[in-house]
Parts: sequence; structure tokens; C-alpha cells
Amino acid sequence: MEVNEVFDKVKNLFVDELGIEAEKVTMEAKLEEDLDIDSLGIVEVVMAFEDEFEIEIDDEELTDVGTVGQAVNLLHSKL
Amino acid sequence: MSKRRVVITGLGTINPIANNVSDTWNGLINGQSGIGSITSFDTSDLPVSFAGEVKNFDANEYMGKQQARKLDKSSQLSIFATEEALKDANLNTEERLGPNVGIVFGTGIGGIGSTEQAVRTFDERGASRINPLAITQLMPNSSTGQVAIKYGIEGPSLTITTACAASANAVGEAKNMIQNGIVDMVIAGGTESGTTAMTIGAFAQIRALSTNNENPKEACKPFDKDRDGFVMGEGSTVLVMESEESAINRGAEIYGYVAGYGATTDAFHITAPAEGGKGAVVAMRKAIADAGLTIDEVDYINAHGTSTPANDKNETAAIKTVFGERAYEIDISSTKSMTGHLLGGGGAFEAMVSVLTLKNGVIPPTINLNNPDEECDLKYTPNNAIKKELSTAMSNSFGFGGHNGVLVFKKN
Repeated sequence: MEVNEVFDKVKNLFVDELGIEAEKVTMEAKLEEDLDIDSLGIVEVVMAFEDEFEIEIDDEELTDVGTVGQAVNLLHSKL
Repeated sequence: MSKRRVVITGLGTINPIANNVSDTWNGLINGQSGIGSITSFDTSDLPVSFAGEVKNFDANEYMGKQQARKLDKSSQLSIFATEEALKDANLNTEERLGPNVGIVFGTGIGGIGSTEQAVRTFDERGASRINPLAITQLMPNSSTGQVAIKYGIEGPSLTITTACAASANAVGEAKNMIQNGIVDMVIAGGTESGTTAMTIGAFAQIRALSTNNENPKEACKPFDKDRDGFVMGEGSTVLVMESEESAINRGAEIYGYVAGYGATTDAFHITAPAEGGKGAVVAMRKAIADAGLTIDEVDYINAHGTSTPANDKNETAAIKTVFGERAYEIDISSTKSMTGHLLGGGGAFEAMVSVLTLKNGVIPPTINLNNPDEECDLKYTPNNAIKKELSTAMSNSFGFGGHNGVLVFKKN
């Protein structure tokens, strides 16, 4: 799967599952500041990723994930 | 030193009759029932298929999907009702209310719908798939916390879970907080959204609910000989309460006074009222005394009047014990005949009804009261509202657990 395809799937998840406005979801968007995803929300996001991409994500892998782009790259590396 | 007087300066509500105060009041005085067949889930396996559901409320549309999905419905309704109450009190909902404002909310079963959903997910998909928001949705103090966050309420907060007396206790405790000078303003209210398949099933198991599935609007008939149980309702009602001085200083319009509060416990049985409503009697007497009134000065009683055989008989007996011969002269009504039983949200709703009754000089009726019961022989305002100038009102709320919360209101 190409990076842009992963991004599209991530964007759809954010919009459809979490109710985030589509235009806010860019590669540069910061999860907490721009998308209002707090620590509880991150757990939800991870669960949604795991279901959508049929992968498992360890908590340690999330340490450096602060933007949509970083999440997309993490997912891309695991597929 | 005389005690500070406590006033109500804002009201907000969402309930089975309507989604604002003015439509709710018009519905009540026109005898409009908010009860109907349940639309939010499949009732085919249940012995009871009707309730008082909130209508025309789309949380995604109201607060945005990102916020709505974080909150249990009981909290969504709390925020909706608080918004109306704060605006009604002429408070700025864009500014934080700060540390001189407290919040006291009552609820019977909190985020029970979210609890059920989390259990289902756990059973079907295991622990790793439980919604990480589940705890924050299901905890009974969730509404209190969410409303406090939204409006920046930084003073003391309490969540009261005395079942169907919860938000009467909330209004009473809020009154005491203000009267004792702890804060100048308290956002007091109640919420419940317990109309789920499991709770309907469970309440039906203890034979607490009416089973009149054929005629939902006529099912709740407080004090009627043919009453056969209560009807579940959902909703939230919020009161802005403050010291009279605070209201005058900021030029707020005053609905009326929360003048008296009495709270007792039956300490008898977990569901049944004590014989003759013994605990209720003491709570009424305490509330009347706290308001500085005598039994001759209570003009109207908004009864607990659930439409269960036991409550209505015992409440009637308790009123007679408190008021003696005068019991037969006092105007009484049970607005639960129209809303159903809002459980932990009932006390705040009926506090609102009580002050509006005084302010507007109209007593809302007890609908569906057609066949008098010899054990319920007081003036229950059957079926039609009555125009009458009144000075004082009392509101009774009694909950499973044996909790009794009674409030007394004054017009001036």
C-alpha cells in the first residue's frame, strides 16, 4: 500500500469514526493541538488503526507519533 | 444572623414533553403526555415496550460528532439543559463561571447505556476492544464533570445518587451551599437516560413498571385505582440557583425562592416505602420548618406520584399525617403522569414545575386520573389545569434505597 493510500484510509477513519472535520486532517496536522485528540482519544485511534489495517501497535511505537503524517508513516512501515 | 435567601434565576430542560422550558410548560398545563412506544431500540423481547423518550435530539448535530461520541446520552442531555438554563439566567456561556460557582447534579444510574455497550463489546471482542472512553462515560459523576468543564465551573461539585430523589437532593444541597455562604451560585440539576433494554427489563422484573403497552399515553395514572406501575422517562433539567443578593446585584430576573429542604431515610426496605410513608412525613415536616412556614401555609404539592400502587397510597397517607384535615384542601398534582418517571432527573424537573406553577399561577394537572381510589382521596388536580394564585409549593421525591428529599418553594 502506498503512503497516500494509507493517508486516505486514516483520513476516512478520523472523519467517519471520530467525527473530525475533513479539512483539518492533513499530513502536518498535530493530533492533540489541531485535531483535539487527547490521551483517551489516542487509544481510540490506535484501536481504529488496528481494526482497519489488521495490525497490532505497541504503546512504545507511539512515543514519537505527534502528527497525522507520523502516524501514517508508522502504519505504512508496518504493512 | 438571618440566613441568606436562595433564588432561582435560570431554568433549562430537555424531557419527554419538549426540549425547552416554555414548550414544556405549555405541554404540562395542556395535559400533554410525552410517553409513547420506544423508538430507540427493539422491545420485542421485553414485557414493556413504551417509555418517555426525549425526541428530536441529535447529539451529533447539537455538539458535533467528535464531542458527542465522547459523552453518554445522560451527559449530552445535561449539557443541553445547562446551556438553556445559563442563557435564561443571562450568564455568558462563552466565559468560565469560575470558583465562586458550584455544581450539584443528581442521577440515578448515570451512564448505564454506556455500561451496557462496554459489557457487550467485552463479551464479543475481548478486553482490548473496550471503548477507552467507557469509564468516563459510565461513571455517575460524568455529567457533573462534563458540564463543569464546558462552562468552567470551578467551585465545589457533588454528584448525588439517591435514585429517584437524587436531583431533589441536589437542589436541596445546592440551597444549603448558597445559604451557608460557601458559594454565591450553584448550577443544580438532574439527568437520566436509563431507557435501555436491560433497565426496562430489570425494572419490569421487580414489577415496578406499568405494562399498559396498548395505551402508552394513558399508562401513567398516579392516584388512579387502576394504576399499575411507573413509566420510565429520560431527560435533564437544570436550575441556576444563587443568593438573592447575587441575583439583585447582577440584575437577574427571579423565578422564585428555594426556601426549604428536608431529607430523611426510611431505613426500612430497599424498594418499598415505609408503611404510611414514615420517612416522607419527617422529610416534609423538616422542609416546611426549614422554609419558616407552618402546615397552613403550603398551597400546592407537586407529588412524587409515580403511579405505583405502593407509592401513591403511602404518599397520600404521609400527606394526611403531615397536614391533618388540611390535606383535603391542598392542591396536589403529579406531573409524572405526563413525563413518566425521570428517575434521578425527576426532582430537578419537578422543582422547575413547582416554581413555574407559583410564577404563572397555573397548577398543571395529573392526567389519566379517572377512577378514584378510596386510599387516594385528596385534590390531585385530575386531568385539567387550574388557574390559581399561590404563594408556596412543596415538591416530594422519594427513591429506591429509602431516600426522601422534599423541597419547599416560595413565590416571594
